[in-house]
Amino acid sequence: MGEALAGGLSAPPEPETAGASPWALAWRRFRRNKVGVAMLIVLVLIVLSSLVAPLYANHVAHTEPFRSNIDGTTIVNGKVVPVMQDSSTGLGLGVTPIGPTWDPHHYLLGADNQGRDVAARLLYGGRNSLLIGLAAAILTCTLGTIIGLAAGFFGGTVDGVLSRLLDVVWAFPVFLLAICLSTVLATSSYSIGPVRIESGSLVLPIVIIGIVYVPYVGRSVRGEVLSLREREFVEAAIGMGSSSWRLLRSDIFPNVVTTVIVLFPIMIALAIVTEAALSFLSIGVQPPDASWGTIILDGQSLLYTRPTVALAPGIAIVLTVLALNVLGDAVRDALDPRAKHKAAR
Amino acid sequence: MRRGTKALVVIFVVSLAAVAAAYAGTTSPKGSASAERAAVMEAHRGGTMKLIAKTAGGTLDPQVNYTLQYWNLYMGTYDGLLAFTKAGGNASFIVVPDIAEKMPTISNGGKTWTFKIRKGVKFSNGKEVTTQDVVASLQRIFKVKSPTSGGFYAGIIGADACLKKAATCTLKGGVSSNPSARTVTINLKAPDPEFKYKLAVPHASIVPADSPAKDAGTKPVPGTGAYYFSSYNPNKQLVMKRNPYFKEWSHAAQPDGYPDQITMTFGLTAEAQVTAVENGQYDWMFDFPPSDRLSEIGTKYTDQVKLNLLTAFWYLPMNTNIPPFNNLKARQAVNYAIDRNAAIKIFGGPKLATPSCQVLPPGFPGHKDYCPYTKRPGAKWSAPDLAKAKKLVQESGTAGQAVSVYSADDEVQKDMAVYVQSVLNQIGYKAKVKPISGNIFFTYVQNTKHKVQINVQQWYQDYPAASDFLYILFGCETFHPGSDSSINIAGFCDKKINDQMKKALKLGNTNPKAADALWTKVDRMVTDASPMATLFTPRHLDFVSKRVGNFTFSKQYYWIIDQSWVQ
Repeated sequence: MGEALAGGLSAPPEPETAGASPWALAWRRFRRNKVGVAMLIVLVLIVLSSLVAPLYANHVAHTEPFRSNIDGTTIVNGKVVPVMQDSSTGLGLGVTPIGPTWDPHHYLLGADNQGRDVAARLLYGGRNSLLIGLAAAILTCTLGTIIGLAAGFFGGTVDGVLSRLLDVVWAFPVFLLAICLSTVLATSSYSIGPVRIESGSLVLPIVIIGIVYVPYVGRSVRGEVLSLREREFVEAAIGMGSSSWRLLRSDIFPNVVTTVIVLFPIMIALAIVTEAALSFLSIGVQPPDASWGTIILDGQSLLYTRPTVALAPGIAIVLTVLALNVLGDAVRDALDPRAKHKAAR
Repeated sequence: MRRGTKALVVIFVVSLAAVAAAYAGTTSPKGSASAERAAVMEAHRGGTMKLIAKTAGGTLDPQVNYTLQYWNLYMGTYDGLLAFTKAGGNASFIVVPDIAEKMPTISNGGKTWTFKIRKGVKFSNGKEVTTQDVVASLQRIFKVKSPTSGGFYAGIIGADACLKKAATCTLKGGVSSNPSARTVTINLKAPDPEFKYKLAVPHASIVPADSPAKDAGTKPVPGTGAYYFSSYNPNKQLVMKRNPYFKEWSHAAQPDGYPDQITMTFGLTAEAQVTAVENGQYDWMFDFPPSDRLSEIGTKYTDQVKLNLLTAFWYLPMNTNIPPFNNLKARQAVNYAIDRNAAIKIFGGPKLATPSCQVLPPGFPGHKDYCPYTKRPGAKWSAPDLAKAKKLVQESGTAGQAVSVYSADDEVQKDMAVYVQSVLNQIGYKAKVKPISGNIFFTYVQNTKHKVQINVQQWYQDYPAASDFLYILFGCETFHPGSDSSINIAGFCDKKINDQMKKALKLGNTNPKAADALWTKVDRMVTDASPMATLFTPRHLDFVSKRVGNFTFSKQYYWIIDQSWVQ
């Protein structure tokens, strides 16, 4: 595989690495990065807890996270209390949802303004936020890699057209573009041939977020390909009569894949933050579905009385994005140790 | 006359005057009230009343603007031929002469209304009001395409031509004047007992004849009220100052105000507005306080919170022309399933609203408690009946159908839509929520092209007549398919009920009591036909600063700002 991994290392090989594959070497280097490993564990925990959301809702909290429970009751310290509590002081104005009970069976993190269990919605919301983040990042990296490879390798008119296309997308502020697309698309159903995308479907935020970040990956890959094309091993392959397809598949692509791998966690982080922003603006995930962004929106009107509703998903987003960014750095260091040395210098 | 004698005479005259004044005070309550008011006015006149709102209310033109935010301010700045009494409680529903000297002379079987114009009333630009101004103002309603021109004023002869060609509107045959006699005559196509109300709302304000024949936008149009708009920047502030040419001619119609200046500043969120009023930086907030601050202001600032029951209702219009709500049982199922207490909790709690099942609000002409859609049907709502709702959905054959619940995208309305969605899912539908920007929501849901099945809606009275609820919202003539202006959002048209409404409207000319009784019957018929699910009757909450005194709440236009003082 790639020259960037194997041939590019100028430092003398470490004794224990002799005979190991570049991926095994990278994994060993990654394991030595304690912060990176810690963040991987955090990320795995977040993903796992989101995956068990139905288990928590059905068997621990015994709650319906997508159904209003405004007139419902719960148990706190052995007493039955209303989930939405009427004010009993002064003029008796306002209704306040129950706060955190710290009891996983009864509104661990309290209720939102529909009387729904915030903890259960946080876990379900995590599933949607992570799914959108992951799927959008895959879409971004796939499209960005294809466009970057084609533009960088074929050059000329192809490069001109594709690069200008990326420039056009790049020219719009990312959030503005995402908001415009979401506003137009998010509340209506669409049919593309036999495929029907219902309004409120998660496919829409995935596609929108996936598209707006394509230039981030596409331009990096294009730059990498332009540089690779001038390298001796590529010229040698051309000299030996390799076809364009073979050149792309066997020589260019393996050398840009590390760039894409390093960008991938960062793209997930960006997609999660963008999804949260769109959902906060009511143009991402549609109610009663939850995502971390929608829960923050639900909590916005409760900031004074029940700050946990907004804080809990906020903390989840911060932890996830931090973990993904640190993980991205750790992956880069593991795949390309020179980058770390360069950064240190 | 000697000096000593002169002094005695002076003492005698002064004593006589004092005795006369005291005597007058004990025998004339009117004089006493006026003296008392003069004393109060002297003690409290002056200062700046500072109001705050999140955003401006749009155009400042009184004949175009249709927002409560500015109608509230027009009370002190503009006058019509008639006016609603500037008083608290039910007295505010009484129409009194304003620019007109007295109530009109009605002839020709109720079709001809003749007004005598008051002498000496001046606009804020110094010009005296003439009959020409009155005629021009009535024509201007059509020229500026006032939102109610086709509704309230379409009954004037010549209105049809004006609605077709606004620019050349003359209301020929409909409005004429006699400058020497100072009279203006309005001819109607048919008798309209509610016409006095329509002449008392801001769209019928009297403005100078040379006012622009188009929406004046941000440029203030001179008025005759105690105040005038001195500047307006929708991104910053609206300023009202005393009209230098104003002299109180009718305390009931246009009383002199206490503050020297009234300002409305724009830009603070509702959350920040609460804090600003608490701190005394502003005297009143226009926007409804956020739900998480209600408990705080209801506990710590009890003296500064004013609660008043409104003649209004929150409801869910259901489109009676498309599935699933073209089926009576499906509509009734929604009515049985909705937990009015839950809806009230979303709105802010039981102190801010009262459950309801019918159209006419309590205290309104024709209202009699009626609620068939509850566990124990009768006069009042008691609890939802989910079992019955589920049964009705099954019987209707509409179970499993997709339903979209539309709402404006503000916090309370969106929460209400999410709650309704949850209820619809429980009784067997596949419901979704579609929040729409508040700027376009009201017109969007009216247009049948958008196929809105059910939405969260409110209706606040324009004037105190049952028809303003029943006929306007559920009359066949107010349903206009394909139009953004089709206030009968449910698209409900039942010929039998419509005939009863028309009969009640006619009866109002001759026998208002019998008309009210008929409206009671119509209210029940509409409730039974279920083109909507009524949620509750709201209360209005005003949060004022500590220094605001003499708070007076008009049921017609809400807080009478200039009748409160700040010093």
